[in-house]
Amino acid sequence: MADTASKTDPLTPVLTKRWLSPDSWRLSTYEQLEGYTAIRKALRMTPEALVELVKEAGLRGRGGAGFPAGVKWSFMPPNEDKPHYLVINADEGEPGTCKDVPLMMADPHSLIEGCIIASYAMRAHHCFIYVRGEVLHCIRRLNNAVREAYAAGYLGRNILDSGFDLDITVHAGAGAYICGEETALLDSLEGRRGQPRLKPPFPAAAGLYAKPTTVNNVETIATVPYIVNGGADWFRQMGTEKSPGPKIYSISGHVERPGQYEAPLGTTLRQLLEMAGGMKDGIPLKFWTPGGSSTPMFTAEHLDVPLDFEGAAEAGSMLGTTAVMVFNETVSVPWAVMKWAKFYEHESCGKCTPCREGTYWLSQVLERLVEGRGTEEDIDTMLDVCDNILGRSFCALGDGAVSPIQSGIKYFRDEFLALCESNKRELVGASA
Amino acid sequence: MTLAHDKPTETQPEVPEGHVRLTIDGQEVIAPKGELLIRTAERLGTIIPRFCDHPLLDPAGACRQCLVEVSMGGRPMPKPQASCTMTVADGMEVKTQLTSPVADKAQKGVMELLLINHPLDCPICDKGGECPLQNQAMAHGRADSRFVDRKRTFPKPLRISSQILLDRERCVLCQRCTRFSQQIAGDPFIDLLERGAQQQIGTSETADLEAAASTTPSGEPFQSYFSGNTIQICPVGALTSAQYRFRSRPFDLVSTPSVCEHCSSGCAERTDFRRGRIMRKLAGDDPDVNEEWICDKGRFAFRYATAPDRIRKPLVRGEDGQLRESSWTEAMQVAADALVKARDGKGIGVLTGGRLTVEDAYAYQKFARVAARTNDIDFRARAHSAEELRFLASSVVGTTPEHVSFSTLEKAPIVLCVAFEPEDEAPIVFLRLRKASRKGTRVAYVGQWTTSSVRKTSGELLACAPGAEAAALDGIPEHAKDLHEALSAEGAVILVGERAAEVPGLFSAVQRLADGTGARVAWIPRRAGERGALDAGAVPTLLPGGAPVTDAQARAALEQLWRLPEGTLPAEPGRDTAGILAAAAAGELDALVVGGVDPDDLPDPQAARAALDTVGFVVSLEMRPSAVTERADVVLPIAPTAEKAGTFRNWEGRDRPFDVTLQNTGALPDCRVLDTLAVEMDVDLFTQTPKAAWADFDRAAGAVPRTVEAFQAEPAAAQEESTNGHVKLSTWRQLIDNGSLQVEEPHLAGTARPAVIRLNAATAERHGVVAGELATVRTERGALTLPAEIADLPDGVVWVPSRSPVGVYEALGVGHGGAVQLSAGSGETGGAA
Amino acid sequence: MTQAPETVFGDDVVAKAQELIGRYPESRSALLPMLHLVQSVQGFVSREGIAFCAEQLGLTEAEVSAVATFYTMYKRRPCGEHLVSVCTNTLCAAMGGDAIYQKLSEHLGVGHNETAGEPGEPGSITLEHAECLAACDLAPVVQVNYEYFDKQTVESAVELVDKLRNGERPKPTRGAELTDFKTAELQLAGFFPEDEERFAADVDGPSAAEETLRGAALAQERGWIAPPMPEEGSRG
Repeated sequence: MADTASKTDPLTPVLTKRWLSPDSWRLSTYEQLEGYTAIRKALRMTPEALVELVKEAGLRGRGGAGFPAGVKWSFMPPNEDKPHYLVINADEGEPGTCKDVPLMMADPHSLIEGCIIASYAMRAHHCFIYVRGEVLHCIRRLNNAVREAYAAGYLGRNILDSGFDLDITVHAGAGAYICGEETALLDSLEGRRGQPRLKPPFPAAAGLYAKPTTVNNVETIATVPYIVNGGADWFRQMGTEKSPGPKIYSISGHVERPGQYEAPLGTTLRQLLEMAGGMKDGIPLKFWTPGGSSTPMFTAEHLDVPLDFEGAAEAGSMLGTTAVMVFNETVSVPWAVMKWAKFYEHESCGKCTPCREGTYWLSQVLERLVEGRGTEEDIDTMLDVCDNILGRSFCALGDGAVSPIQSGIKYFRDEFLALCESNKRELVGASA
Repeated sequence: MTLAHDKPTETQPEVPEGHVRLTIDGQEVIAPKGELLIRTAERLGTIIPRFCDHPLLDPAGACRQCLVEVSMGGRPMPKPQASCTMTVADGMEVKTQLTSPVADKAQKGVMELLLINHPLDCPICDKGGECPLQNQAMAHGRADSRFVDRKRTFPKPLRISSQILLDRERCVLCQRCTRFSQQIAGDPFIDLLERGAQQQIGTSETADLEAAASTTPSGEPFQSYFSGNTIQICPVGALTSAQYRFRSRPFDLVSTPSVCEHCSSGCAERTDFRRGRIMRKLAGDDPDVNEEWICDKGRFAFRYATAPDRIRKPLVRGEDGQLRESSWTEAMQVAADALVKARDGKGIGVLTGGRLTVEDAYAYQKFARVAARTNDIDFRARAHSAEELRFLASSVVGTTPEHVSFSTLEKAPIVLCVAFEPEDEAPIVFLRLRKASRKGTRVAYVGQWTTSSVRKTSGELLACAPGAEAAALDGIPEHAKDLHEALSAEGAVILVGERAAEVPGLFSAVQRLADGTGARVAWIPRRAGERGALDAGAVPTLLPGGAPVTDAQARAALEQLWRLPEGTLPAEPGRDTAGILAAAAAGELDALVVGGVDPDDLPDPQAARAALDTVGFVVSLEMRPSAVTERADVVLPIAPTAEKAGTFRNWEGRDRPFDVTLQNTGALPDCRVLDTLAVEMDVDLFTQTPKAAWADFDRAAGAVPRTVEAFQAEPAAAQEESTNGHVKLSTWRQLIDNGSLQVEEPHLAGTARPAVIRLNAATAERHGVVAGELATVRTERGALTLPAEIADLPDGVVWVPSRSPVGVYEALGVGHGGAVQLSAGSGETGGAA
Repeated sequence: MTQAPETVFGDDVVAKAQELIGRYPESRSALLPMLHLVQSVQGFVSREGIAFCAEQLGLTEAEVSAVATFYTMYKRRPCGEHLVSVCTNTLCAAMGGDAIYQKLSEHLGVGHNETAGEPGEPGSITLEHAECLAACDLAPVVQVNYEYFDKQTVESAVELVDKLRNGERPKPTRGAELTDFKTAELQLAGFFPEDEERFAADVDGPSAAEETLRGAALAQERGWIAPPMPEEGSRG
């Protein structure tokens, strides 16, 4: 796997390439740099052919789960008995994840072009971009881009004389991590509390307003125009057999040069660290997440794990959103885990018992533990409570909530024990 | 898995069409497609614990208590599945807590999590002893808690309506109450608030929100006619009623099945009592009628029977003009003597009221026909008409649920409600209409404004002026072709309410529409006893079973059955309620025998009272002092529903028998009192007990041949236009108002809908009426002042509730369709007596 | 009660609410933007705001309250002229976010979701600690009225709030020129400046942080590229 990544350059800027241009967010810039060429091709294809192309390319969802996008699209009914909707999940909020926000700021038209192609492929005539509310500048740029696209005839009626109509509505959320879960997002978009829905029915059968709906991540859809222009084989030159394509790795934390690095899927942390200038001030790596706080943490042992969907899973974690948070040895793992536990407690929607009550319990135990009032028994209780949440909650938020705890204890049990035994407080955060 | 494979395929039973075969805990079962695992398991006798699941609510999957292990095609699913949301599939293997350690641990884990924040207040909790959480915790929970940190607490309790209290810390957030309110009742006045561990049930009043300084709207309470159901389905003690809170322990109560005495739906109930006192009522489970729901009136209005002023001994008016307690013997003698004299004089009129059991109604009519020798009997203690009676005689008497039933409504392609406001007049009919509408039934209304019934059944309104309903119906074939066509479809139903009697020509128009479309017509009166009284013959024109009194053959058959000399039954149709009262006032009758009648329910309360004042002798069968007992010469106490047996025949024509709940209170049913009174008059009614009365009725209804005469519709009447600044009055009774069976229930009264004058914006503007401020409607008789509310009524029409709190007939002397003057403000007071 | 909302929310707000409803196939979808709109008028979601939305959308006040209390961006108490959000999720916290929040809390003398100064008055500041703000490569981050102030230190953050209190409006590292919380909420409701130039200037507010461009710049520097796309017609 690792050597398939080496068939290309270490970095493969596709989505991020245009970002370097001045005023990259403007339509004029986008058009100068091959923007809106893919829709011209796509609108001449049949929707079926587009779905097939995306399937062949092997594009997998960039929102965390990695579900094949073409397959997801193919779940949409082949008729238009009811209106179809495309909904873009731009509710980027998974701790560590910061790829969609810069993408939408820097290159909103690539998302819009992707929306047009995907809508056409799925016979949708209304697309909603659900952006988390806290990123006002993104929302502003998207609104501007949508206006520009309407004015230029890329949106609205009879787009580029193709006979295809599409409206895009930019919708601001209001502060709820759970709305990144696609059915919670749909409820939220319907003006309700963002709590996940029962599945089935799946969104492709009954999604937004109970109509056929597909929810896709920003990066996934922004990738589509390139696939249309470059073809499936071109796309597959990057990444691995099962996880093809380029991916934006967001490196944050204790590295010299944090930032957005677009590299082929399957790139390792060792390679990423090299590009990011290594560990900050040379302080050694202690733990890191491959794709946000919901993905079980890794340690220095995992520097060579290929960061694709299979590689991360085989090593006991998940690729998630390729939000690579890097923590050095100054950080207390129990403290970090406690902070995340409080995050999940705060963001649990409250619908199901395991997540609502479990996160409430776990964060209290962890707080107590970090304050040095924990016992060894607490550690076992926590693991058992995690066991009672994992796979028992209504949606994946509960699973995410236990990831840092289970993996933290797995790799750093001694550190938890030490807190219990001698109330050690030398580490950053543990004394906060 | 192995089990299924070991079996030779040929021994397996056929899987019927639309069914699947699966195993649960190794046991093979065939289940209909779409069935939820939790129900399939239940059919096998395996109860999977649950809190959020409720068979009549959409699945939520929220509590996660019912997790089981599932394999499909031999491949185990990676996580335990919620059996309340997963449907059966062919080849599925399910392992419940009985055979799966994974499911057992998952369930125990959820139970522990549910308990970490649950208070240990079972000893003072109303639910203690009948609490699913308590039972589950006792059966499967841990003996000790591993949770040692801070429990979540809330200030307690919150009053979310005048009746319902909420203890948030007891709540397990199963959302049964909110789903009920949203899905079943259509009253989403309670909802989830906050999120995560702080998530809680609440109203907009309880939400942690501030008002800006400028104005202070207070939010909306949990105002729903069905709010009590949320208490009953709450799997913990989070929701309680002000009426029952802290009053009793479930294990101290004796429960009896009962039938609701309020509206004509005839809901199955369970009455719980302790030491001779009813403590609470619960909805019974009757899928054919009320499913598992009852309205708040049915649930909470029962303490009228223990009101301090309940009449428990006979009263006789003395020389001094005062009523005094007497013995039964004396009272009966006094009454019988006077009645015999009256009978042999100008005659006796019998007014029964609309709340009788079939047995009691039968006794009244037999008393009238045999003891009083008259057909002057009428159960209709409300506005009524001869047209109505002819309609009832031809189209309603004797119909059964085969004709139109609750389930007919649920399956109907369309239901047209005419002069009928289901939520106020028959709440369970409303719930069924709402259920039907959610499944696609089209519901249309001929009425005045978009009422809550219209809204919550996604109904269409054919708005017309009050009194113009007949013309509106007659216009359907031409002006609403789409509706006419829909009504012509198989299964279409027209429901007509008691208010139709106030609109001349409306029953005729209903009949014309039914004849023109083939739609079935059902009549839904408001009171529990009306349909039974009709079938029992407590009307001036019909014998028990519905044969006309003018039918000599029918009379002869009845005379034979009742062992009466030939020709003793009166052959001429009697007077109706209005006629009886007019005759009494005019001195054309010498006595009245009156059951549960409130003159304020009659179109002319003053005239009714005057008639009672004028007539020579009044016998009143009553429970509590009333305008009738005030004027009675003899008052005979009768038993409330809970203290007698009997049968209500509901609007469907379905018999709803019930037994005595409170035994040996000494209270006598009307049929027994009448039987004894008749004996004193030397006549045998054979109605000593409800059972005897029923047997006699049953024989009579079976023995008397009935020739149904087709209803002769009256030609459409020309509408008179309203003039000289009058507006037309639309009115009906709200479910919760000042009805006599709702006394002693202040918490229930607090959930009544506010009394307002409704009118449209243009009418308001023309009369200077301002929304939210007082407005007055007035006639020569008097005036009625209420706050104004803007609604989509036709121009020149106002709506007021009939008895909330003021009686419209009393105050204005007119009813639905009457002409009134409208003005802003409170006007001068007075006018009304 | 039926009258109260109109007295607070004038015809212009009603018109905007109706415009929001028009943007969606089903009216209820307008609720989230409408609650932002309510905040743009009052600086928080008041009971009047709940009643207003309920009336506009034909919902019960309970249904609106259920939504308003679910989302953290809907504020329950009147907010300051500015809302200062400090990310204290794990990564930002470890990089200094916790210290920044603690310092600002002391400095302003307020806790989470509390306001220094008279709410709504110039220079008043509502402080909150926020969850991950999707700018982890620029940690620790602070937002003012949801515009980014990246890579803050305790000192820079104190300086930032002091300037805000003095009526200054420091430029965000990424985002448009600062306005105030209510104006930001109006934009979140989907109403941007009607003045085209102003809107264009807002849109052109900076976004190209060094961190954002790092990968692309490094690739350019080292000559790394994605495989070239095949020429038109050559792919299968």
